[in-house]
Amino acid sequence: MPTERPTEKIGGVVVRFAGDSGDGMQLTGDRFTSVSAVLGNDLATFPDYPAEIRAPAGSLAGVSAFQVQISDHEISTHGDTPNVLVAMNPAGLKANIALMERGATLIVNSDAFDERSLAKAGYAVDPLTDNSLSEFAVYKVPMTSITQEACKEAGVKPRDAERSKNFFALGLVSWIYTRPTDATLAWIEERFGSKPQIADANRRAFRAGYDFGETAELFDSRYEISAAAFREGEYINIPGNTSLAWGLIAAARQADLPLFLGSYPITPASDILHELSKRKEFGVKTFQAEDEISGIGAALGAAFGGSLAVTTTSGPGLDLKSETLGLAVSLELPLIIVDVQRAGPSTGLPTKVEQSDLLQAIHGRHGESPVPVVAATTPSQCFDAAIEAARIAVTYRTPVILLSDAYLANGSEPWLIPDVASLPPIEANFASTPNATNAEGEPEFLPYVRDDETLARPWAPPGLAGLEHRIGGLEKADNTGSVSYDGANHERMTLLRAARINGIADSYPTTLVDDPSGEASLVVVGWGSTYGAINAGVERVRELGRHVAHIQLMHLNPLPNDLGELLAGYEHVLVPELNLGQLCSMLRSKYLVDAKALGKMQGNPFRPAEIEDAILEHLGGAS
Amino acid sequence: MTSTAVPITTKKDWSSDQEIRWCPGCGDYSILTALQMLLPELGVRREKTVFVSGIGCASRFPYYMNTYGLHSIHGRAPAIATGLAVTRPDLDVWVICGDGDALSIGGNHLIHALRRNVNLNILMFNNQIYGLTKGQYSPTSEEGKVTKSTPFGSIDHPFNPISLAIGAEATFVARTHDMDRKHMQEMFGRAHQHDGSSFVEVYQNCNVFNDGAFSAITGKDVRSTMLIELHHGEPIRFGADLERGVVQLPDGHLEIVSVAEVGTDALLIHDEHRDEPGLAFALSRLSNGVHEPTPIGIFRDVVRGEYGAEMQAQVDLEQEKKGTGDLAALFRSATTWTVD
Repeated sequence: MPTERPTEKIGGVVVRFAGDSGDGMQLTGDRFTSVSAVLGNDLATFPDYPAEIRAPAGSLAGVSAFQVQISDHEISTHGDTPNVLVAMNPAGLKANIALMERGATLIVNSDAFDERSLAKAGYAVDPLTDNSLSEFAVYKVPMTSITQEACKEAGVKPRDAERSKNFFALGLVSWIYTRPTDATLAWIEERFGSKPQIADANRRAFRAGYDFGETAELFDSRYEISAAAFREGEYINIPGNTSLAWGLIAAARQADLPLFLGSYPITPASDILHELSKRKEFGVKTFQAEDEISGIGAALGAAFGGSLAVTTTSGPGLDLKSETLGLAVSLELPLIIVDVQRAGPSTGLPTKVEQSDLLQAIHGRHGESPVPVVAATTPSQCFDAAIEAARIAVTYRTPVILLSDAYLANGSEPWLIPDVASLPPIEANFASTPNATNAEGEPEFLPYVRDDETLARPWAPPGLAGLEHRIGGLEKADNTGSVSYDGANHERMTLLRAARINGIADSYPTTLVDDPSGEASLVVVGWGSTYGAINAGVERVRELGRHVAHIQLMHLNPLPNDLGELLAGYEHVLVPELNLGQLCSMLRSKYLVDAKALGKMQGNPFRPAEIEDAILEHLGGAS
Repeated sequence: MTSTAVPITTKKDWSSDQEIRWCPGCGDYSILTALQMLLPELGVRREKTVFVSGIGCASRFPYYMNTYGLHSIHGRAPAIATGLAVTRPDLDVWVICGDGDALSIGGNHLIHALRRNVNLNILMFNNQIYGLTKGQYSPTSEEGKVTKSTPFGSIDHPFNPISLAIGAEATFVARTHDMDRKHMQEMFGRAHQHDGSSFVEVYQNCNVFNDGAFSAITGKDVRSTMLIELHHGEPIRFGADLERGVVQLPDGHLEIVSVAEVGTDALLIHDEHRDEPGLAFALSRLSNGVHEPTPIGIFRDVVRGEYGAEMQAQVDLEQEKKGTGDLAALFRSATTWTVD
């Protein structure tokens, strides 16, 4: 009988699963996350996978990793450095060892450390035997052979049995962190129920991993992480792409409009297309177009027809959509363009995060072509950002670019499920009657007569008699919408288009400033997905007794009306961005403040420590 | 919903108040007139009719129709119209494009709209030249054509638009020309009647940059010998006395023959509804250019599921199974937990 191991309470842990692309690391991480969510832990995930579906097996290029932080208190990132690395092969170890700090735990699949795999990963000597890992707690576990042994009775071939070893790893980590087994076993049944042999093999592998922890006497103790003190309510763990898709469905419901998505598959945006394609019961129509241009073209056609129309893409696709986006600016029709940013230029790092499309979103079209830009800040906040983008698009009759990124798209966090009745209303206000009288005294419809307050023009989808009208990309005469080549009219229309977009800022709530002491001399201004890292970095600085303020922008164009005054209240402005300083240059030019950029372009998010260090450096004096 | 009778209209009702800005003598005028005279006869409503166009001379068309209209960007009309048609099946959506618009910059959108069979009436005005940019060769210009951008003659092999449309498995493919209003109206009417994508190539004279491009076959005096009119169920024959005809050779090729020599029984009977597109394609290859006897009329008119209807059917089926979507349930469609 194995001895009962003591259980130690800890505040949280950062676990990183790493292996070959085909090793099922994303799934393993996802399951570990899900059971932790159900236990009530706060959590944040970071799937970190290569662009190739299956790079050469065992190579460094093919390493796929999933990092999750689980905690008994509120957290906002996937963690600075992992406490535990589960490495399924030498490449998984080699690609991630630099992230690990002294004393961290390494759980390695020792079966995979054969000569060939070591060579593929570029190890001249086996790191498990040469003492190079002496500063870590290394657990060598023969995962492949135990899994194969355990699966013998499942009747699967040894090769298939070997593929269940990720469930062994999941079982072992589940034991160490006292995660319940029933939810995972139920999930295996649900997912693999139609392939009973594979379901059986995965079940056996999972149990073998769990039992290995129990019996092998390798581990001195188990760990327990209590539930975090969340606000009361019902929660679901949600990745950004899903929450963005649900936000669009909710926005369409709130506006009482049919939802249409025109899209072309592109990483890391495709999951929004997948999610919306599944939700036809909401009346959602999805159209997988022949290219990016057709994706936005069809969306614009649907917008003309009275749908809440959306197109989803990533950087290269946004390039292709620019011309149609310009047409949407000219037509003044509601349209949502979702750009899930990834590292560029060109194909760049297709699965890795960057925030380098900001200036393109704001300025990337020919002519004076203003477009509102909204950026989501966390995976679950993608829901609210989608609703906000829809509100602006519909209210102001304009295309809106909604910026997400690869980190938000794939990362997940618990979301307090909102009460459906509490969602904000969106008013489509279709035109229903003629709005003018012609020279003969007959009623007529003029498509470019504007609302006094919003400067929005009427939205009159085809179908109503008396409202027939023609619109197009040629400059239109003010009010009538007829083709006009008149210079004075063009200037008036240019100014009207700009004023309409600038006026959107009047509808924003007051900008939130996180400055608890009110004594900060430095404000950190972020936008989009850096929210979590900045939040955590700022907290650390405050724990050192220093004062620092934080503003996270969701509205990038137009910027909030109160921002200039807020920035003027601080001596230092620090702007961390996953780019060369795009927002920073905007703030400098618009507000004449001496904002300093903190850039990072490594394909992964800021670590809180990087933010902390930069703040301290700017504040002067060591901590 | 249409609960009242369709009002009786005339050409005037379908004409907008905008000044028409095509060059005097342009073939576009006769196409516009043909359509403005036809629409009152089709029993359709102006408010349910939309013209979508791209960029080019032809694409100014929507401004002149007193209907809903969208003058978009170069080549993209089929894509934009697709989004409109699939979300608004109650509308009649017409796409007006030129040969450069539809076959060059917008070629991709055209073939995909055709293969999907979206309910669009696509009228392609083919003048074999770029007019609005003042006279460069187009994807339908003949080899050797001397233009501003091909001073030594074009080395581009042209598209045959009918072959292209049939190759994309369009379900309705027809050709007509701007010199014959009655024939145009018959083709446009049939295109409108067809459920799915209808593609109509209209030979259209650009009297400024490519004058007389089609006169060798569409001139009043040569038509009977140079235009091969296709009629469903009838032998394919032409000529002043119908003295020439089309036969299919044992290897599948089509050939123009003297009826006197082969006898009427040997002539190919035209079948618009033939599902297999090979014979319609062969008909489209009968002429090597607009200097040889050239078929006009309906090459192909077959039934295939319409894209928008099939998209709607999936929505209807899901709603029948699950109701019309419950947000609260959606938000709980994966494991949830409650914090008290």
